[in-house]
Amino acid sequence: MWQYTDKVLDHFRNPRNVGTIETPDGSGEVGSMACGDALKLTFKLDKNKKITDVKFQTFGCASAIASSSALTEMIKGKTLEEAEKVTNQDIADYLGGLPEQKMHCSVMGREALEVAIHNYRTGDTSKKILEGKVVCHCFGVTEEEITRVVRDNHLTSVEQVTNYCKAGGACGKCHNDIADIIAKVSGEVHEGDRVEIPPPRKLTTLQKIKQIEETLEKEVRPALRKDGGDIELIDVAGNKVVVALRGMCANCQVARFTLKDVVEAKLKEFVSPDIIVEEDKP
Amino acid sequence: MYLDNNATTSVAPEVIEAMTPFFRDLWGNPSSMHAFGGQVRQYVENARRQVADFIGADKSEIIFTSCGTESNNMAIRGTMEASAGRLNFITTRVEHPAVLEPVRMLKDRGYNVIELDVDSSGQIDLGQLKRVLGYGPALVSIMWANNETGVMFPVSEIVDMVKAAGGIMHTDAVQIVGKMPIDLRAIKVDLLSLSGHKLHAPKGIGALYVRKGTRVAPLLLGGHQEGGKRGGTENVPYIVGLGMACELAGKNISGEMTRVSAMRDRLQKGILEKCSNVRVNGDQVHRLPNTLNISFLYIEGESILYHLSDLGIAASSGSACTSGSLEPSHVIRAMGVPFIAAHGSIRFSLSRYNTDADIDYVLESLPPVIKKLRSISPFGRT
Repeated sequence: MWQYTDKVLDHFRNPRNVGTIETPDGSGEVGSMACGDALKLTFKLDKNKKITDVKFQTFGCASAIASSSALTEMIKGKTLEEAEKVTNQDIADYLGGLPEQKMHCSVMGREALEVAIHNYRTGDTSKKILEGKVVCHCFGVTEEEITRVVRDNHLTSVEQVTNYCKAGGACGKCHNDIADIIAKVSGEVHEGDRVEIPPPRKLTTLQKIKQIEETLEKEVRPALRKDGGDIELIDVAGNKVVVALRGMCANCQVARFTLKDVVEAKLKEFVSPDIIVEEDKP
Repeated sequence: MYLDNNATTSVAPEVIEAMTPFFRDLWGNPSSMHAFGGQVRQYVENARRQVADFIGADKSEIIFTSCGTESNNMAIRGTMEASAGRLNFITTRVEHPAVLEPVRMLKDRGYNVIELDVDSSGQIDLGQLKRVLGYGPALVSIMWANNETGVMFPVSEIVDMVKAAGGIMHTDAVQIVGKMPIDLRAIKVDLLSLSGHKLHAPKGIGALYVRKGTRVAPLLLGGHQEGGKRGGTENVPYIVGLGMACELAGKNISGEMTRVSAMRDRLQKGILEKCSNVRVNGDQVHRLPNTLNISFLYIEGESILYHLSDLGIAASSGSACTSGSLEPSHVIRAMGVPFIAAHGSIRFSLSRYNTDADIDYVLESLPPVIKKLRSISPFGRT
């Protein structure tokens, strides 16, 4: 069981402001069934542009329901400008804290509010404003979103980013990109003493061999091993890479396609775009 | 209302009673050369016989371990090591982590590892198994029954195929032992893992069955215990407890099985009648008598569990949120359960200590919880 605070459990057991407003001034939906949680937020303004009524519907775990409920209580009676200032950390604090792995629930609350306010101002009804590059394709998290949680919550590791906005929580392919974003945000603080990074140099043959080996190990071997095969690096001459199939794959016709298409594509992607792959002929 | 017996079970009162003297009075070391310690040996050997009798084995084929995880590790790593790289390794995508993690280690060490897929009912394709067995001698590790869905693999047929191909067969039987009768004289697996706390013995005791003539390298070096296969002074009270638990389970296993499966079926039928938009996950024909894995569409598993917990009902879920990971369980995903159902999967697992009144209570308490959570859900069905 999670170590939820009494306040989290109270908002989960007795959620406040459940439902949807029939004719809302602003409406925002984030998340999806696939992601495992989703939130729909609707609000109504009075003549002084203050939030008089707000309602939510949430699909998700206990902390997702509690975070949504808490958010509605927090923004009721506030102007949009005031409500906009609510951060995910404020939601977590209101609840007396959330387990680290559940922080993404508070982020979902803040996002829904943002989308709802955006909807009020522009009439845009899109589910989520996908601005900028999508970094995590599994959960559809953008560079802007990751940058924001890193900055707002002073995050320093990929694992934390996953806890806060789910990015990187499934296939893991975007971990390097997330690490780059963290580095970029932490760099903002020390803008003054940034060091000039020299342009990339041509790879030495040894570096190239090492990178090729790494790429084969990470990107190619796991798939071959699943069918009981393997691949070996025989020679590297300039941009020509000679490999041989082993095990079950050695006599497999399908594997011939594997070799040219997959291996070459991977090496072009991870090592150098000029690489050509050939099979070792006995 | 405890309906999470695939996670762990209560310790049977008879087991506690059988164990107590070995804390209080008979605490000697069975390897000692004095009567005070030496007399304990006979109780260890008696327990070994109880376990062996229960699964149709010879006493000399039972090695006591600390848990099911250790048994699985020893079976897989010990056999692969003893084979000196000669064997391929074949398993399924829905094994317990106690198999999947050692398998990942084998992969890293360069072994040929093949993981069989399962279909939407959670069953493997025996044709695929036959094909991969053709690649050469293999250690095959396939669970007898799945912990999450209760789906049972046709181990009897699988063993015959593996033996015909000259392979070695291990089965993780942690979930089935104690729930269904097992006779290893008829089903000739080479290695079988079992765990005490799944059959009303305490946590911290398990066993590995090793058929005579099967070579397994030990994991724990450091003593002559268990025929040199597992060093470490015998955990006498727990070994005695496991023996007693096996004897108790064996007394009326067929009768209890029928009674438990009747309760499970009533639970399933009742939920299907009272709640709309539900689906039962996994093969319902080849299934443990005590397990029901059922998905409530449009809502999330952790929320259901917390509400049930408030009502005094203990169950578990394959949802992402319960594990702290962000994806639903690997078993649910391997079966291709759609996301709409995967996040709301709940596992009820019964034991012989459950009663009809328990089922009545769940059938009465659960529908309002589902209704409440669906009224909160933006996907808005009832």
